[in-house]
Amino acid sequence: MAYTALFKSSIGKKLLMGLTGLFLITFLLVHASINAMIWFQDGGVTFNKWAHFMGSNLIIRTMEWGLFFGLILHVVDGLMLYAQNRAARPVKYAYNRAGDNSSWYSRSMALLGTLILLFLILHLAHFWVKTRITGIEKYGLDTENQENLFAVMQEVFRSGLVVAIYVAGCFSLFWHLLHGFKSAFQSLGLNHVKYNETIAVIGIAFSIIVPFVFAMMPISMHFGLVR
Amino acid sequence: MKFNLKVWRQKNAKADGRLVDYTIDNINVDMSFLEMVDVLNDELIRKGEDPIAFDHDCREGICGMCSMYIDGRAHGPHHAATTCQLYMRTFKDGDTIYVEPFKAKAFPIIKDLAVDRSAFDRIIAAGGFVSVNTGQAQDANSLPVEKEAAEKAMDAAACIGCGACVAACPNSAAMLFVSAKISQLAMLPQGGPERKNRAIKMVEQMDAEGFGNCTNIGACEAECPKEIKLTNIARMNREYLAATIIDE
Ligand code: SF4
Ligand code: FES
Repeated sequence: MAYTALFKSSIGKKLLMGLTGLFLITFLLVHASINAMIWFQDGGVTFNKWAHFMGSNLIIRTMEWGLFFGLILHVVDGLMLYAQNRAARPVKYAYNRAGDNSSWYSRSMALLGTLILLFLILHLAHFWVKTRITGIEKYGLDTENQENLFAVMQEVFRSGLVVAIYVAGCFSLFWHLLHGFKSAFQSLGLNHVKYNETIAVIGIAFSIIVPFVFAMMPISMHFGLVR
Repeated sequence: MKFNLKVWRQKNAKADGRLVDYTIDNINVDMSFLEMVDVLNDELIRKGEDPIAFDHDCREGICGMCSMYIDGRAHGPHHAATTCQLYMRTFKDGDTIYVEPFKAKAFPIIKDLAVDRSAFDRIIAAGGFVSVNTGQAQDANSLPVEKEAAEKAMDAAACIGCGACVAACPNSAAMLFVSAKISQLAMLPQGGPERKNRAIKMVEQMDAEGFGNCTNIGACEAECPKEIKLTNIARMNREYLAATIIDE
């Protein structure tokens, strides 16, 4: 059977959703860990060092393309699912109590995903475009003579509005992950009494911890908790 | 008991439907929901009006015909029960109850509350035959089946093809039904020879019928009158992926 037929099928589409979702989850983990170095209270020296490594290492720069590719697949597949699923019920119920049998966030993955995507565009404009394209020379060097991404963060998060948008983005991510994490395993066919509980617990923990760590970055920058 | 009903009336698949108000009185608490509609229809016929079309057959929870979306839920508010097993004592006197057909593109409305679920039949047919040995009657124990597998296959086989999973699913996906049908055979030696082909063919037919895509919301499992589990969908995913990716 051809792979194109596989990915056109409903099961193929959910497989793709799950695989790209898990891939993006691993990215979140790496991103959150490296960015957590802003809390070293060393004027961003350690953080800048890692940021420079991530931005200059050839292997990582190549993986960045893989990341964009995975993200685009996830978004396109998701939007396609959304459109097809809307079309599968042309006339809606006049009265529907969907909340009685499922959680609102599991039913709102497309909406939450779109919010995350909008946030992501802003986020890329804030940092990725500056570090990879326009350059951040004007922000000067840190005490160890490294490019100062830390200073870029400090400036971006001076605005309360930006901080609020980032925190809202983290909330969307939280709910998206709350359904997406365990859902990915089900899509891969991994559903078994032996490990379901473990997946559920890790999923909830991940969905809370990672967005929380992300949300604390703009907050602690804004209120000058990191120096 | 007295009820205000808002019933979906629709002439045929092409016409637009709308909710029509009815009030009904003197309903016995122990009547089933279908019996209540019988009483209403009786009144309508006496008045010379068009009775409400709805599907039913066994009225004992085993045939799966009684498709109704009652008060925003497939088969009404009860857990693990069909419409014929829903009794009026579940409601309060004077309640307003919405009654709609199962709605999905793949289940076109025939009339009022009756929908065409032959898409399910076509999926079953696409699964094809099961090879069995003919000739002399075999010894009953010649085909050993592991106890656990037998139980799980039996649980999956409990699916009555009612379509509540499709009706309840925000995506109108049919995966719970199809996965139950694939599972009941995949776990037994009798289903072995055609196993891969069956998984591919049934999933292809499901997609061709215009059902939505499953996004693991789980409303189907919550509303299924036969408590078919989501584990069946995971199994179907494995069966299908094994048949498509691993096999050439
Ligand atoms: S899986 Fe459950 S809800 Fe779906 S058709 Fe079978 S019995 Fe009905
Ligand atoms: S009429 Fe047969 S299950 Fe309800």
